[in-house]
Formats: sequence, C-alpha cells, structure tokens
Amino acid sequence: MATDIFEILRLNKQQILQLWLQNQQTDTEFSDNFNTADELRAQSAEFVDLLLSTLNENNIHDFSSPDLEPLIDYVSSLTISRARQGFSPRETATYIFTLKDSLLKVLSDQISGDLSQLYQATIQISRFVDNIGIQSFETFITGREEVISQQSDEMAELSTPVIRVWNGILAMPIIGTLDSARTQVVMENLLQGIVDTGSSIAILDISGVPAVDSLVAQHLIKTVNATRLMGAECIISGIRPEIAQTVVHLGIDLSQMITKATLESALKFAFNSLQLEVRRIQKDKVI
Amino acid sequence: MMATIRESLIVQQERDLVVCRNRVKEVAVKIGMGIVNQTKLITATSEIARNMLIYGGGGVMRLEVITRGKQEGIQLVFEDKGPGIADIQKAMQDGFTTGRTLGMGLPGAKRLVNEFTIQSTFGKGTTVKLLKWKNG
Amino acid sequence: MEKIPILKMGKFLLVTIQVDLYDRLALTLEEDLIEMVFKTGSKGVLIDISALSIVDSFMGKIIGNIAGMSSIMDAETVVVGMQPAVAITLIELGLPLSGVHTALNIEKGMALLQSRMKADLDDDENDGDD
Repeated sequence: MATDIFEILRLNKQQILQLWLQNQQTDTEFSDNFNTADELRAQSAEFVDLLLSTLNENNIHDFSSPDLEPLIDYVSSLTISRARQGFSPRETATYIFTLKDSLLKVLSDQISGDLSQLYQATIQISRFVDNIGIQSFETFITGREEVISQQSDEMAELSTPVIRVWNGILAMPIIGTLDSARTQVVMENLLQGIVDTGSSIAILDISGVPAVDSLVAQHLIKTVNATRLMGAECIISGIRPEIAQTVVHLGIDLSQMITKATLESALKFAFNSLQLEVRRIQKDKVI
Repeated sequence: MMATIRESLIVQQERDLVVCRNRVKEVAVKIGMGIVNQTKLITATSEIARNMLIYGGGGVMRLEVITRGKQEGIQLVFEDKGPGIADIQKAMQDGFTTGRTLGMGLPGAKRLVNEFTIQSTFGKGTTVKLLKWKNG
Repeated sequence: MEKIPILKMGKFLLVTIQVDLYDRLALTLEEDLIEMVFKTGSKGVLIDISALSIVDSFMGKIIGNIAGMSSIMDAETVVVGMQPAVAITLIELGLPLSGVHTALNIEKGMALLQSRMKADLDDDENDGDD
C-alpha cells in the first residue's frame, strides 16, 4: 500500500512553505539582503506552488523531461534576479537546499510508519532538489561566462585603436600579448583603417607587447604581408632591446619587414617615403 | 529559433563551384558570421570543391548548420568516389601537387577553418570535413 | 561565351572583375590579357578586384601568371582594391602573391605604374648601356 508522496506534499503545501520560511530565517546568512519579508514570502510561495504542481512520479527521475521546463525556467530566472540583487551563489544554493529540509520534514511526519517508503521518497526528493541546485549553479556560471566573453570582445576592440597620424599614415599601438585571435582583430582593424582613410603606410607599434616569440613574429609577418596585399606598406616600430635580443636568439627572420626602434623613426621613414619633410621654421629674433 | 539548414549540393562541373560558394556565403550571412570568417570559409569551400572536381571526379557537398554548446557554425562534408589519396601526409604539405593546382588547397583550407578532417581510401574515394564557427 | 572586358587607358590596360570568377573565365582572362599586352604594347596592367569577395589559390595562380607573363613582355601588373577579408584569407591560405604589385585603388595603382615607368626612363638615361 504505497502512499502517493506527491499527493502528501500537495496536501501539505502550506506547511512546507511555512517550514521553509522558518528555515530561511534561522539561517543567519541571508537575513537582510531581501528588501521585504513579503517579497521573499511571495517568491517562496510561487516556487513551492510551481514545484508541487509540476512534480510527479515520472519526471522526478528525469530532470530533462519537457514538462519540467517551466520549473527550470523559473529556477534560472530566480537565480539571475538574485544574482543581480547581490546574493552570492552560496546564498542562492542554501535558499534552494533549505526547501529540501522542509519537504523531507513533512514527508517524515506523514509517512513515519513505513520506513522503507520514507527512505525511497527521501532519496528521490533529495536528488530532485539537488538537480534544482545544480541548475541554479549552471545558470549562474553561464551568466558569468556571458559577461566575460562580452568583456573580452570589448577589450579586443578597445585595445586596438587605429590612429591617423598624418594624411596617408596610420599608426596602431599594440598593448598586451599578440595571440592569433588578437592578430585577427588587429589585421581586420588595420586593413579596414587603410581602406577607410586611403592610407599607404601603416605603423604597427609593439612597444606594449611584453614578449616576441616565434609565434608572435609569425603573426607580425602575416599582418605585414596582408597589408602589402592591400597595396600599403607596414612598418613595425617599438622594437625594444630585449625584443631584438630574443628575436635574434630564437633565430627569427624579420628581414622581410621594415622595423624601427621607435615610433619616431618609423614616422620619419614614413614621411620620407611620402616625400614629406618636417622643418623648423626660422623666426626673426625679437631681442 | 531558426529552421536548421541541412542540404546537399552536387559538384560535377566547374560551374558548380560557384553555386557551392554562393550557397555557403548565403548560409554564413544568415547565421551572422563575420566577413573575415565568411571569406575564409568560402575560400576553403572553393579549394576543397575544386580538388574534389579535379582529383576525385566530382562528388557531393553536404552543408549543415550545427550548434555545439553556445557556438554556432557551418559544417561542410565533401564526398567523392574517386581514386582516393595515396599519401595523405604528403597531400597535406604546402606545395605538394600531383596535378595542375598549386598544392595549397588541402593545407591552406585546413588553416582557414576551425576543424578539418580528411579520410581517404585508396581506390574508393575521399571525404573531407570542414567546420567553421561563427566567431571562430 | 562570357568574357571579362579589358579596357585600354593610354599606355595601360584596365581590367575590372565584376562577376563570379569561375576557373574557365579566369583562364580566358589570362589569355586575352596577354594577347592585349602584346597587341597594344602596353607597359602596365591594372587588375581591379575590389568586387571580388574571395580569391582562392586558383585565382591567385592566374593573377601570378598574368604578372609573370606580362613582366617578361616588359609590362608591370598591379592588383588594386583587394578587400581586407580577402587579403587576410590569402595570407592564411599561404599565398602572399609575392611577385605582384598592389595598390589601394585604381588611382593609386595608376600613379604607381606611372612612377615605375618614369623610374625606368630615368635609369635608361643615367646608364644607357642597361
């Protein structure tokens, strides 16, 4: 004579909610984070409602079951809204796991006679609430990952500005490591800058690049060659002594590109090839 | 949710290369692939399809939009029933060719995509699989 | 049969590729162009590829052929208007088109050809036995 545990839980909904709210209050960790107790109460009530109305003997074993989708969506949005309110993932997880305590308390009160059934039910409910907890964690991490990937995109954009230093001359200071993803952004921005401004000389300043190994050198060579295909010349400037040393020690061949120690000498070279000249103006002395 | 794209194109003559390239471009634009990745994928398509035509006597290109985790991309499978490749290692080297092409097709195409696999049975045919992520 | 028009502009030839370049068409272009260089005695060839959304190894080879053949007929080839994405792809493909001159647009390509012709003339004047 198996008693329907879901029926028991549904019948004792009010008590479960009451117990859960009590558990939450005894848990000192989250006391004042929520704006009002009413709000917490409403949210918890909605959660219990949804949980008890969707849970049945089929889907308790199958967390990917389609009829659980509303519940999972609810957990996800709950996690996101709590994260925005400043709850730590531990607090949200504790919030969910305290629900388990109240569910199990009700069950043990109601089916205290049949220990083996109580044991089965306890395991089932535990697993299910654990899954909800995992779902909440996953949502939290996914949200973080979204933010991180968005930020790294923004960083890639920000860290590769194309500056028009003169009519026909572009400069692009590179700060940070030049990996292949970065090189792609650098190339795209530089080449697009060349098209947009009709520049014939581009200066790539690598004084902000911490180290040049053979891979970075390869990326620089690629950028120079791609610039040439567009019909412009690319000068690499900002070769620090350490960089010159490692380049030679590693036996990297940079002879096919124009390299200059400083941005200043690169600019001079550029002026020269555009047949421009910078001169000091002789002013009449007034003394 | 966009309807999944899954289709086959026949590569039997030179004109089919243009059809393949155009179809890949359409799909790439549809899933919002960036211009550089688009160009890389179309170029790789052109290389592999031409190889299939010249060395494999034509075949089919299967195009599929796939998602793995959060990534969305285009997978292309080129299948021919030609003579196969005797030495894949050699065929993957820059500048190696047995015919009238530059020998950049296979190794070059590999550098243009995120995933590249080639299987060939001598006398039975060759299958090349390309995968390019939208943001790869 | 489809053909890509070749225009004569003064001493130079101008080709603007506006259509999908399938292999046969590219080969025809190669033949026609070399024929035209011979017939007109042009000293320079401008190939505008700004409308091309890809250049694969075959087209790259044709461009290299045209440059090589023109060069032994004493004409220089300048490829103009390559799209940034095409340039990046060609480099990744391993095809830097080393023997070919490039320019941003037709105007700059024309200026490049003119300056190179002038340089040739200057050289001839300076050392006549060249």
